[in-house]
Amino acid sequence: MAEPRVMDIKDQPGFRSIAVICLLVLYIPVLILMIFSLNSGSLVTHWEGVTLNWYGSALLNEEFHSAAKNTLIISVTATIVSTICATLAAIGMTRVKPWRGLAAAFMVINLPLMVPEIITAVATLSFFALIAGTFGLNFGIGNLILAHTVFCIPFAYMPIRARLEDMDLTLEYAAADLYATPWNAFKRITLPLLVPGIMSGAALAFIVSFDDFTITQLVAGPGQTTLPLYIWNQIRRPMTPEINAISTILLLVSILFVSVSFLIARRRAK
Amino acid sequence: MTTATLSPTTLSKAALFEAQAVKTSARRNRLLSLPALIIIGIFGVLPLIIICVYSFLVAAPYGGVQWQFSTDAYLNFLFQRDIFDDTLQFTPDFLIIYLRSFLFAVVTTIICLLLGFPTAYFMATRPPAQRNWWVLLITIPFWSNLLVRTLAIMFIIRDEGLINNALLALGVIDKPITMLYTNFAIQLGLLYAFLPFMVLPLYSSLEKLDFRLVEAAYDLYATRRQVLWRVIIPLSKPGIIAGCLLVFIPALGAYVTPLILGGGVHLMIGDLIAQQFGSGRNWPLGCAQALILMAAVLVALFFYVRNTSGKVQHG
Repeated sequence: MAEPRVMDIKDQPGFRSIAVICLLVLYIPVLILMIFSLNSGSLVTHWEGVTLNWYGSALLNEEFHSAAKNTLIISVTATIVSTICATLAAIGMTRVKPWRGLAAAFMVINLPLMVPEIITAVATLSFFALIAGTFGLNFGIGNLILAHTVFCIPFAYMPIRARLEDMDLTLEYAAADLYATPWNAFKRITLPLLVPGIMSGAALAFIVSFDDFTITQLVAGPGQTTLPLYIWNQIRRPMTPEINAISTILLLVSILFVSVSFLIARRRAK
Repeated sequence: MTTATLSPTTLSKAALFEAQAVKTSARRNRLLSLPALIIIGIFGVLPLIIICVYSFLVAAPYGGVQWQFSTDAYLNFLFQRDIFDDTLQFTPDFLIIYLRSFLFAVVTTIICLLLGFPTAYFMATRPPAQRNWWVLLITIPFWSNLLVRTLAIMFIIRDEGLINNALLALGVIDKPITMLYTNFAIQLGLLYAFLPFMVLPLYSSLEKLDFRLVEAAYDLYATRRQVLWRVIIPLSKPGIIAGCLLVFIPALGAYVTPLILGGGVHLMIGDLIAQQFGSGRNWPLGCAQALILMAAVLVALFFYVRNTSGKVQHG
C-alpha cells in the first residue's frame, strides 16, 4: 500500500497548504483566546505577564457558581433522559421488521437537526408561553431541561444506531438458539456490546446541551442563567480576561467530551 | 424474514415457536421508540404547529398573542400600513435582510467548499494513523462552543484587537481599521463557524473514494487537473451536496454570529426573528418570519433529497 507510486497519484498540488491553512485558521483564534486567559494585565488585548488569577476570580464568582450549577442540572438531566430515550428508540428502529411509519419516526427523531436552531428556539418559547398562559403550567428550570432533551435525542441516537447496525447479529441469534429469552439475550449480549455506542452518544448529548446558547437564551426565565448565557452577559460589560478564563473552561469541557466520544467510536471501528 | 413465505408444515415446531417469539418481540420492540417520539412530538413538533397558528393571530401589546384571526403578520413581511390613508406601502426592509442572509449563506458555502474540499481530500489521502488525528482536529471545533469560538474572532478583529495592534505596531496603518460590527466580520464569523461542517461530510465521502479509478485515469493520460475535475469531484458529489447543505442551512439561520459580530447593526434572519420576540413585541410577525425561513430550508432539503439516494449524513 505504501509504495511511493500509489501515494503519488493521490497527490493534488496545493492541497496540503490549504489543509494546513484551514487547521491554523480554526485553531489560532481559539488559542489566542486561551492564551489571554493567562494574562496578568486587566485588559483583554495587552499582554503583561502570566497569571492564573483570572481562573481564581472566575471560580470564586457567585454568579459563575449559580450558572455552572444550572448548566450541570440541565445538561446532566437532559443527557440521561435523552440517552435512555435514544437507546430505546435505536433498538425499536433497528431490531424490528420494517414497520409502517418507520421512515416517519426516523424523520421525527432527526427533526431537531433539520430545523434551524432559532426556529426551534422561538417555537419552544411560544409553546411554554402558551401552556403557562392556558394551564398555568411552568416547570421552572424543567422548561429548559425539556427543550434540551428534544435536541439532545438525535445526537445521542446517531452513534447508538450506528453501533447497533454494525453489530454482528449472529451473536444475538446464537443466544436465542441457546434458549436465551429475548430480555436475557438483550441484557447479556446486545447491551454490553452497545455500551460504547451509548457512551459516545451520551458524550455528544452532553456537549450540545452544555454548549447551547440560542435555545437557552430565548427559553430561559429569570434566574435560569447557564454558563453560555453568563458569558453573553459578560460580553456586554467592560471585559476582563476573566471572560477568557471562563471561555477556556467551556472549551476544555467540550474538547474533553469530544475526544472521549471520538476515541470510543474509533476503537470499535478499527 | 423468509419464514413467512414457507408453509408451516415445512417448519419444525421449534422453529415455528422461535419465529413466533421473534415476531412478537419484534412487535414489542417497536414500542421502544415511543418515549423518544412522544418527547420530540410534544416538545419539538407541537411547538412548530403552535407557531404556524400564532403566525395567523394578532400581536398582544406586551408580547404574546391575541386569539383573533389575521394575515397581518404575512402582510407586514412585505408591506407597511400607511398611518394616514391606511393603504399598504411596499416596504422591502425584511426582504432585504432575507436576501442579505441568503447572500451571506451562499458566499459562506462557496468559500467553505473551496477551502474544505482540498482539506478533506488531503485528510483522506493520509496514512490511516495520521488520518485519525486530522479527523479529531477537525471534529473538535465542530463540537466546540460556537459562542466562545465567535468570541475568539471578536477578540482578534476588534479595534484594539490583535490584528489592528500588530498592524499599528508595524506602522502599516496609523489608526485601527474597523472590522468588528461590519459585514466583513459576519462573513468571517460564518466561515469560521461552519468550515468544519463542510470538511467532515466531504471527508467521509472522499475516504471511500476508489483510487483505482484515479489510477485508470492517469493510465489513460489524464492530467492532474483532469483527474480532479472529471474523476474525483464527480465521485464525491454526494459528500459535496451534504457538506453544502450542512453549511448553508445553519448559515442561513445563523443567530449567534451576527448577534456578536454584527452588533445589532447588521442583522440576519436569525436576529430579526429573535427581535420580534424581544424588543419588537410582535410574536405573530416573528412566527411568520420563522416559517418563511423554514420554507427556504425545506426547499434546500428538497433539493438535497432529489439529488441523493436519500441517505442523510451527519459528519
